[in-house]
Amino acid sequence: MSYDVAIIGAGVTGAMIARELSRYNIKTALIERCSDMAMGTTKANSAIVHAGFDAVPGTLKAKLNVEGTSIMPELCSVLHVPFKPIGSYVVAFSKDEIEHLEKLKARGEENGVPGLRILNSDELHKEEPNLNEKAVAALFAPTAGIVCPYELTIATVENAVTNGVEFIRNFNVIAIDKNADGNFVLKSEDKTIEAEYVINAAGSFCDQVASLIGDDSITIIPRKGEYMLMDRAVGNKVSHVIFQCPSKMGKGILVTPTVDGNLLIGPSAIDIEEKDDCATTADGLDGVFKTALKSVPSLTTREIITSFAGIRAHSPTDDFIIESSSKDDKFINVAGIESPGLSSAPAIGVYVCNMVIEAMGGAEKNVDFVPGRPAPVRFREMNTEERKALIEKNNAYGRIICRCETITEGEIIDAIHAPAGAIDVDGVKRRTRAGMGRCQGGFCGSKVVEILARELGQELDEITKCGGESKILFGRTK
Amino acid sequence: MIKYDLAVIGGGPAGMAAALRARECGVEKIIVLERAETLGGILEQCIHTGFGLHYFKTELSGPEYAARFIELVEDSDIEVKIDTMVLSISDDNVVTAVNKTDGLLEIDATAVILAMGCRERPRGALNIAGTRCAGVLSAGTAQKYVNIDGYMPGKEVVILGSGDIGLIMARRMTLEGAKVKMVCELMPYSSGLTRNIVQCLDDFDIPLKLSTTVIDIHGKERLEGVTIAKVDDNRRPIPGTEEFVPCDTLMLSVGLIPENELSKNMGIEFDPVTNGPVVDELRETSHPGVFACGNVLHVHDLVDFVTKESQIAGEGAAKYILGGKTDKKYVKTKGINGVRYIVPQKIDLANEGDVELYFRVGDVHKNAKIIVTYNGQEIISRKRPRLAPGEMENVVIKNDMLKNFDENGIIEIQVED
Repeated sequence: MSYDVAIIGAGVTGAMIARELSRYNIKTALIERCSDMAMGTTKANSAIVHAGFDAVPGTLKAKLNVEGTSIMPELCSVLHVPFKPIGSYVVAFSKDEIEHLEKLKARGEENGVPGLRILNSDELHKEEPNLNEKAVAALFAPTAGIVCPYELTIATVENAVTNGVEFIRNFNVIAIDKNADGNFVLKSEDKTIEAEYVINAAGSFCDQVASLIGDDSITIIPRKGEYMLMDRAVGNKVSHVIFQCPSKMGKGILVTPTVDGNLLIGPSAIDIEEKDDCATTADGLDGVFKTALKSVPSLTTREIITSFAGIRAHSPTDDFIIESSSKDDKFINVAGIESPGLSSAPAIGVYVCNMVIEAMGGAEKNVDFVPGRPAPVRFREMNTEERKALIEKNNAYGRIICRCETITEGEIIDAIHAPAGAIDVDGVKRRTRAGMGRCQGGFCGSKVVEILARELGQELDEITKCGGESKILFGRTK
Repeated sequence: MIKYDLAVIGGGPAGMAAALRARECGVEKIIVLERAETLGGILEQCIHTGFGLHYFKTELSGPEYAARFIELVEDSDIEVKIDTMVLSISDDNVVTAVNKTDGLLEIDATAVILAMGCRERPRGALNIAGTRCAGVLSAGTAQKYVNIDGYMPGKEVVILGSGDIGLIMARRMTLEGAKVKMVCELMPYSSGLTRNIVQCLDDFDIPLKLSTTVIDIHGKERLEGVTIAKVDDNRRPIPGTEEFVPCDTLMLSVGLIPENELSKNMGIEFDPVTNGPVVDELRETSHPGVFACGNVLHVHDLVDFVTKESQIAGEGAAKYILGGKTDKKYVKTKGINGVRYIVPQKIDLANEGDVELYFRVGDVHKNAKIIVTYNGQEIISRKRPRLAPGEMENVVIKNDMLKNFDENGIIEIQVED
């Protein structure tokens, strides 16, 4: 197949670029090496929409963060993705740290962040009674918020696909050549596609992908961050995103509610060798928990539901790299997208789309472009009357599959048959929350496998957890 | 809204026994709500034998034990709704449930019996470091894949936790041709029944590694192995004892948690040790007309005891439905010095019969004494050759003793070595 643009990497950045391009009559392929979108850096991060006071003024990070954060509420609204503008606090524990807050505030104001204010101890503890009493002040940023990064990415890809983008999974680009027409030829182990423009949005693999065209200018240092997710019972311990004063390695350990009502703590920050090493470590998790206690001393390990690790695609330039490759101006690198990458992604989408349109010398508008996606059914959030009407229309919504999260068979079927729908158990989990509750899929896991097999016309033992060799069953019993 | 005398939440051994006994006691309009496609609960996947030795005085498999009750329910006029999930129970005992055929059901019940059973503790609760690959699953989930679906969840297995389901699955996987490399147990003793250790591990030469745990999980897509380590007296891994064990499956049998989300949402009083409601001798909770029995109340070792307890709850509910609410004066019960908990947590002084107290100890004891006191005065003393956390114990408080007790008095049970 031949495309105008091939985007390598279906993380939040690639997804946003794809959606922006789908506003035009441009044939776009969104290529992903994994079995689903949002499987790399996007999958596991702090899920924060940052206000934008961290980045150095004048950098792409500063510009795109503030722009992205301002786009986020409306974007989430049309895509039916939960976004909660709960605001953030950077907490100071000493006089020195208050000075640091002043610096952050000045920097934020220079970046154009609205509403920044330093709260004194009384105001702070009134707002956050569970905060460590030793906290003396905080920088309040009202525009910060929380969003689920994979939910945002899934919704964005669904919307892009509805508007004509092709989503190609399980395509690991191992070679990029040029054909006689001057187009790129992207090769995986068993498939080939052609494209006039290539956008390298490969996250922590951006350096490797760039080197496929001989561009060795990019260095990505994978930096692991470990997190712990805590039960809904403690989801309201804090009502804002709580940061500690940042260090060289990142924004430190935060404590935040999630859009689903849990509490998230993390991340650690460890530079690692392997770009997809998402293993948690006992020391890392221990450090996360102890440091989180500095913010909220009443947390206990009993409330931990699960822990996980994500990778930041850190670039030593300390800024986003968004530019045409020096080797080929039809190859655009979108690299080093680490924090505030999620917050910036909507703005990166617009920025990169404009670069492509400009390079193409303009493009026709897609008159059929639909900005939103239909609201997915969320049985658990409905009232009795809505539920009655829903089941009357389709009785698959009358069968609860995931007990802990109250997810119906109908919602799982919807997730499988959505544009760019789920093809494995984790794909269903990310789209519906089936298996994300207290029992972690103990009861519903096997039912989800059954539904996937039935809806996809496969055998039970062909269904995987997350693609590749992650099979769940090993054939029949004796 | 449909009016019922009694709504029973859950059609496993507890729910069926409770409904049947309530019917025998004269309750007329009873409905059992079951979320699975069949009655029987978890027994349906427990195809091994060992059930019914106490209650039926014969050895049955899980499905056989369940079948005896299913038949009785089917022969009665008790109404059953399968594939039906209860979403909530209101303050005035209106049960809201949902299924494919009826849609949203609202049942106005005079009394409710909670019999939802329990679930397994998942990996996340243990906070084991490592990757999140396929091949890590609870023993009960594995049991369903093997016994109900007929599929193998793995070939080379390490089991963490020596709870009964883990032990049973060690044997089951071996019989199906898998290699079970070991069962690791964090504690210095197994929480499983002695007979299961002998029949499921010893008979198949499967090593039981006590004071050992899994500290790391390896594998990108499917599990490739685990790191195990010895633990010290504080259950912390001992550096230098780490060992890599290649395997494609890690099965967890690390405890059961009563499934009380419905009851918690009702604001019922809870026992922090059992993770179940606080009940009196009729298994009535702090919410009038709401009773609880079986594993939703506290995790049992044998289904036979579940049946007995559920019959008590069935009688209790019948009393409530037919006789109405009465004022109760309670004496409390409490486990101390080695006794983790007691069910029931309180006894109505007006109760007319003897009351059996069920309890569990927190450690293994040999040649110990069980001492029961009332307001500090010893009233019962029993010698036991062996006490273990995996096995439920009981003592009987005779009715003539109860008659001498006062409101707010306290019955305590303790172990004396």
